[in-house]
Amino acid sequence: MNLKIIVKRLFFLVLVIWAASTIVFFVPRLSSRNAIRERFGELSRTGGFSPADLEKLIASMQQQFGLDKPLLEQYVQYLNQIIHLDFGYSLYKYPSTVTELIAQALPWTIGLLLVTTVLSFIIGTLLGAVSAWPRAPQWMRTFATPFILLTGVPPVIMAILLVFFVGFRLKWLPLGSAYSVGVVPNWSWGFFFDLMSHQILPALSLILGSVGGWVLSMRGMGITIQGEDYVNFAEHKGLTGGRIFRDYYLRNAMLPQVTGLALALGTVVTSAIIVEGLFGLPGIGSLLNLAIRSNDFPTIYGVVLFITIAVAVLMTALEFIYPLLDPRIREN
Amino acid sequence: MTTITLPTEETAMEQPSRLVLAWRYLRRNKGLAVGFFILLLLTLFTLIGLLVINPKHAYPLSAALKQPPSWKYPMGTDFFGRNLLAAMVVGMWQTALIGLLAGGIGTFIGVVLGFTSAYFGGKIDSTIRIICQILTPIPVLLIQVVIAGSLDKRDVTIFTMALIVVLLAWMGPTLVIRAQVLTMKERQFVAVAKLSGMSDFGIIFKEILPNLLPFIAAAFVGQVFAAVFASFYLAVLGLGPLREPLLGNIIWAAQSQGAFFNGWWWWPLEPAFAMILILGSLALINMGLDELANPRVRKTE
Repeated sequence: MNLKIIVKRLFFLVLVIWAASTIVFFVPRLSSRNAIRERFGELSRTGGFSPADLEKLIASMQQQFGLDKPLLEQYVQYLNQIIHLDFGYSLYKYPSTVTELIAQALPWTIGLLLVTTVLSFIIGTLLGAVSAWPRAPQWMRTFATPFILLTGVPPVIMAILLVFFVGFRLKWLPLGSAYSVGVVPNWSWGFFFDLMSHQILPALSLILGSVGGWVLSMRGMGITIQGEDYVNFAEHKGLTGGRIFRDYYLRNAMLPQVTGLALALGTVVTSAIIVEGLFGLPGIGSLLNLAIRSNDFPTIYGVVLFITIAVAVLMTALEFIYPLLDPRIREN
Repeated sequence: MTTITLPTEETAMEQPSRLVLAWRYLRRNKGLAVGFFILLLLTLFTLIGLLVINPKHAYPLSAALKQPPSWKYPMGTDFFGRNLLAAMVVGMWQTALIGLLAGGIGTFIGVVLGFTSAYFGGKIDSTIRIICQILTPIPVLLIQVVIAGSLDKRDVTIFTMALIVVLLAWMGPTLVIRAQVLTMKERQFVAVAKLSGMSDFGIIFKEILPNLLPFIAAAFVGQVFAAVFASFYLAVLGLGPLREPLLGNIIWAAQSQGAFFNGWWWWPLEPAFAMILILGSLALINMGLDELANPRVRKTE
């Protein structure tokens, strides 16, 4: 991979981020909703300050958020903020900034996302490979193939099913939230196990909910690869089954699978966020959920934009792995 | 001597009717058949349901509260006093509406842009292609969250949901149709048509379009799937039309009332199963159509 391609990819990344930022900037400004008015209108109903004060307060807030300036100036300032990953102040948890809120929530989400994505990708790829491999033992193939059916059950629905069967019926695992009610977070093994037991169901729903897709795509690829001449040749050379499986079969399917992973990242991340929200885990998902429920628009836009940027960066990063997987790309 | 009667042409070259051929194909393509069968059952459930139940019962305060499934309420009722059977029927109908509407519009835009892009090439092509490529990596659902969140709650209806979903979902079909038209353009029958003086539009509508139908059908089913999926996620986040008994809304409502904590298990479970059937059947049909459209990936086993 030469410098020219790298520069091209990075330029494309910037374009994607710019496009997303522009959409997130203009859509709310086209709408008739006024976030600040709604938020403070709510407060004035409960807090009881006079309408005149409310208007003054709204005007000063508008100024503070820079909403009284011309649109173009706002846009330039906004893009400048995005470059510095500054998404402004949260309305609900003012004076916390959105970036602070995201930073607090992020470790939870990254932990869950990383573990589940890697596991479901590896398990799905292996199961798919086995299900299409004619030399695999029959029991393995009959075990692997039904996982395709999971394609029809997205993670969010899988979460509801698991909560019902494992959490509600069998009472094996807790129904939601990050740790048991009444437990104070501390550095003990007891708390650690409590924490982990609350992570199992969300993780399981994400893994089971996305494994079907990997099985399906790998199986499709496996069926095509079997017919290839190099596999026949390897067989006639007398290579062992395991060797062919690993070096000829899996190896050649890796590039399309990783491409698939890059393309699916957006969906993977979104699913994780919604599942987090469903289980009430303290990650980005709950942050977004709370922001939607409390009309905290800066936080909604900040979270959306942050995830978009993260996904775009990750996708580009995955593309830089391609040369490791495919020598043909490396040489050109 | 006996005279030999030649078999008449009809008996010798009997071509099975299209229906029989379609039936035979479905027997080979099991996924497609199962998908169609589930979809048929769901359609029957919805249509018969719409005739039998009173749609008003799908809205709050129309039934006793929090009743588990019983003879009177076969699917139970929820915290707000909806009869969940009625809610499922209406919700299924609304889901279908969003899916068909968004899927139809998305596919239409995709076909038009894909054709324009591939057939005319040049600057038009590169513009459309680059826009598609820039928009594709953006997680569509999140942008939909921004759009749906910016709308006034009163403006969020089944139709705006469909529009929100379609706004950022036409890139897939555009790229697929574009790629197909590009390969088809190079085929001989198009060259022959061109040499025989057929007009651009004649070639597009009489030569290329009929050959593209399986791809368009597959793209359409894919779009319906994506639209149902996206509107479901939006509704689960509480961004749907909150009053309507959309399947995702029911789950959102159940979740915010802590349905499992309180033991109202039937409430979130029913829309979840309905969603599995809808998405599962659409996925099966989509895979089946892919196989129909791309004979090259037809089973080699």
